[in-house]
Amino acid sequence: MADTLTRTPAPTVPTDDPTAHGTARPLLAVGWLWFTRSAAILAFLLLWETAPRVGLVDRVFLPPLSEVLVATADLAVGGQLWAHVSASLSRALAGFVVAVAVAVPLGLLIAWYRPVSDLLLPLLELFRNTAALALLPVFVLILGIGEASKVALVVFACTFPILLSTVTGVRTVDPLLVKAAVSLGFGPLALFRKVVLPAAVPSVFTGIRMAGAASILVLVAAEMVGAQSGLGYLINSSQLNFQIHDMYAGILSIALLGVTLNGALVALERRWSRWRTTPG
Amino acid sequence: MSEHPRLRLDGVRQTFPVRDSRGRPGPPLTALDDVNLDVGASEFLTLVGPSGCGKSTLLDLLGGLARPTGGRILLDGRPVEGPGLDRGLVFQQYALLPWRTALDNVAFGLEAKGLPRRLRAARAREYLALVGLEGFADRYPHELSGGMRQRVAIARSLAFDPEVLLMDEPFAALDAQTRESLQDELRAIWLRTGKTVLFITHGIDEAVYLGQRVAVMTSRPGRIKSVIDVDLDRDASRDPRSDPAFARYRNRVWQELHDEVALARRSEFAPVPSEADRG
Repeated sequence: MADTLTRTPAPTVPTDDPTAHGTARPLLAVGWLWFTRSAAILAFLLLWETAPRVGLVDRVFLPPLSEVLVATADLAVGGQLWAHVSASLSRALAGFVVAVAVAVPLGLLIAWYRPVSDLLLPLLELFRNTAALALLPVFVLILGIGEASKVALVVFACTFPILLSTVTGVRTVDPLLVKAAVSLGFGPLALFRKVVLPAAVPSVFTGIRMAGAASILVLVAAEMVGAQSGLGYLINSSQLNFQIHDMYAGILSIALLGVTLNGALVALERRWSRWRTTPG
Repeated sequence: MSEHPRLRLDGVRQTFPVRDSRGRPGPPLTALDDVNLDVGASEFLTLVGPSGCGKSTLLDLLGGLARPTGGRILLDGRPVEGPGLDRGLVFQQYALLPWRTALDNVAFGLEAKGLPRRLRAARAREYLALVGLEGFADRYPHELSGGMRQRVAIARSLAFDPEVLLMDEPFAALDAQTRESLQDELRAIWLRTGKTVLFITHGIDEAVYLGQRVAVMTSRPGRIKSVIDVDLDRDASRDPRSDPAFARYRNRVWQELHDEVALARRSEFAPVPSEADRG
């Protein structure tokens, strides 16, 4: 990710009309593109629908997709689904926001001051490679079984991807850009603000996107262990109560939530690093 | 040559510490040794040398990005002690900020100068027009061709009005046609602005075509081997490159350079950290 920053992207031939990039694509080609992109998902969903029906798998343990969708709709109409989704989402977002607020400035600091990074990086590397879920019992012991331990776990899981990609982003700034800015007489602070920070943005966003995925991942697991609400709780308790349809409804919701979150972060990333992506 | 040259290199010497493969310090590498050169005001001087002769090291010193181990660099009689807006650097790889538009890239140097925002935009537009890119102010570097990017870089270095333009093989990454048209354009800009230009290149044709004088460097350690005055009839309507005089100058520079290139080639296999990628 970071190295696309330093490398010049393949030059696009400049035209006199900036809006001319790839607009007049024939409808047929767009249709074909959509088909190829969704074919695998459609095939998977079809398999889900048919496999239980023809007896490839026991439909008690894996009900056909249509039945799961009906169960999902029932949960949504009854309001339970939204209650669980909002419980999970608020925990994930709280932890995620705290992690971004802590990790980005800390990452910049670590990358900019060599002694700080020499001091802290080994410890951070150790933390990063400690599976967040292994610490769940510790968080529960210290912070109790309530909200605090779950949010803290999300914070922990989100911090390290952001921190390390921020450090990478700052460290991999094209030295030539730094050289050019120094030759213009910019001081360290202006150099940081005008060159290093903007150059690091794409890499920081990569970390933020990874953290977004991690937040959902660890949260659901935490909710499975001790919670009264949330999608993890829904899945786990449905399974224990043998409400298999509801269990799959929870799983489907988590998948959609993850995809939505990632999509939102990608859109944000595009907005912030438009200069890097070639339009069209 | 006036009595007070704009730029004077006086016995400039630069060495780098060298470590062997086990990290033990060895004898220092001498990149430049006793470089003496004067560049007059409004002069266009080109500098050629075999690869690895320390051309780019010299440019770093002139830009104030490094301090020479020995000797002095004087700009208008004052020693160069660090980077400054009295010198404008142009790099082979453009060094444009990819997140800024062409206009904002040109304005970058003006920010260093502390110009108010409104003046910056107006001045940047003026210099984009000077390099023929008035229609491309809002384009990002990745939307521009290599030649256009280098024009933006040149505009950036001219906009803050430096006394000397220092160019490090600025056209080396461009295709032949683009290079020739940019050479012509640079000459036109030089004639119009009267800037002092020190232009580093490894192309003999380019050196002879652009330079009023051509300085030839020796292979490592780099020294000025000779300085050749070039007197071409450039106002003629036909291409000076086809002038027989051009071929004679070209041949002279080639002769000067020939032995050095052979020397450089022989020492190419010697371990040269930190110089290997400097050109």
